[in-house]
Amino acid sequence: MMNNAFALAGIVIKELYRRKDFYVLFILTALLTLLLGSINFFNEQNIARYVKEFCLLLIWIASLVIAVTTTARQIPAEREQRTIFPLLAKPVSRGDLIFGKFLGCWIASGIVLVVFYVFFAVITGAREHHIHVAAYFQAFWMHWMMLGVVVGMVLLGSIVFAAPSSNSTISFVVILGILLVGRHLNKVADSLAEPTSSILYTVYYVIPHLEFYDLRDLIVHNAGSAPWWAVGVATIYAMVYAALFQFVAWMTFRRKALN
Amino acid sequence: MAEVIKVEKLTVEFPAGGAGQQTKVAVKNLNLTVSSGEVFGFLGPNGAGKTTTMNVLLGFVNPTSGSASIFGVDVRQPIARQRIGYLPELTYYYKFLTAEELLRFYAKVFRIPKDQVESRIDEVLKLVELEHARKRLIKTYSKGMQQRAGLAQALINDPDLLILDEPTSGLDPIGRMKVREIIQRLKNEGKTVFFSSHELGEVETVCDRVAILNQGELKVTGRVDDLVRENQMNLEKIFLEMIGYKSPVTV
Repeated sequence: MMNNAFALAGIVIKELYRRKDFYVLFILTALLTLLLGSINFFNEQNIARYVKEFCLLLIWIASLVIAVTTTARQIPAEREQRTIFPLLAKPVSRGDLIFGKFLGCWIASGIVLVVFYVFFAVITGAREHHIHVAAYFQAFWMHWMMLGVVVGMVLLGSIVFAAPSSNSTISFVVILGILLVGRHLNKVADSLAEPTSSILYTVYYVIPHLEFYDLRDLIVHNAGSAPWWAVGVATIYAMVYAALFQFVAWMTFRRKALN
Repeated sequence: MAEVIKVEKLTVEFPAGGAGQQTKVAVKNLNLTVSSGEVFGFLGPNGAGKTTTMNVLLGFVNPTSGSASIFGVDVRQPIARQRIGYLPELTYYYKFLTAEELLRFYAKVFRIPKDQVESRIDEVLKLVELEHARKRLIKTYSKGMQQRAGLAQALINDPDLLILDEPTSGLDPIGRMKVREIIQRLKNEGKTVFFSSHELGEVETVCDRVAILNQGELKVTGRVDDLVRENQMNLEKIFLEMIGYKSPVTV
């Protein structure tokens, strides 16, 4: 299984660097980061923080766009361009295909993140003359784990929804919904009557809490690093959700007729 | 001779769609065997069930009833496809890859030992005459070249059974001739080839045995020369008779 998964992952990564999406987003983010990094706002510390916050937000948006759009098109493109036929005519199971695509999209997202974070660290390091390496690494790591959950979720969506555009749109709405209001659902549930309250509580406990993985504030406020045990728990939490999404995707896909 | 493909009482039904949700029978109670070393032509008009049968053999579609095995292994097991090469009717490959990269990817899937991969790629690219274009992206290939790249990927694992779905469809006469030569060469090497085609002259030339399918049912199967001798007519006329075609024009 691992042999086929890594072979498929290699194809996904090759596709990413031969397409223009990544370069366009990187150049855009790099230009904005450089532009903001070059402006000296009267040595005002708070403004420098806003600049860092804005650049990190750009990195989050760019990485989400790349992860979601890359993942959403994988299986539909295989079916639409019929590349899935010669592929599954080889000793490749549908489980291998799902896992290989997940691995490819996740590793590709990781490579993108490394490029973005290294670039950001170099720019901020040049201005502040120091880098809290552990905080940067944790921010990168948690961000990558979050993208693992996102990739799993979008992959499942690509089995359910035939069109990549509808899958991407729904995925963006769900991801942004979780990131923005996910943490407040339990508080809202407390103020509601039954059965809405219970339903909302269920939603709160079922959804993957992607907001746990946002460590941007540690970098923005030079607040040091998070406890390593918390990073470990969050890593396990992300792996469980990513595996769960892949399992459901495989269950849905394994008996689907391809014609 | 050993049985390479064995299909027993195979029936495939699909939902017909629409409000009534009735089923459409694509293949009905099909029995078929293909022996080792044979070139077997699978014939029938469009919609006869040829591609559906091939899709069952390749595990893309699950049969409603009956069974199919390749080299004695149930077709639903991925391992059944270890010794197969498959060329789909419409060839679409990862267009952002070169032919060489595509073949390297499939070689990895087949777990071809690393020290043999490059020589195997050289061999198949030479066979399909694509050596000169090996480093070009597939999206820049002509249709004939793409078809030959398809054949190259089908041959990368040196398969014992080749399943070709209309391999010459849409090719010019030279392209068709090249594909025919490759099939002939594989036949000489003792490979089993199972292919569907609408080019009956070509089938008559290269096939040992044929099966004619119409509306999901097997109409006739047998050796080409036996069928031609017994019916005193060429394969095209046998085909038209079997599918019940009556020309409105008397020639």
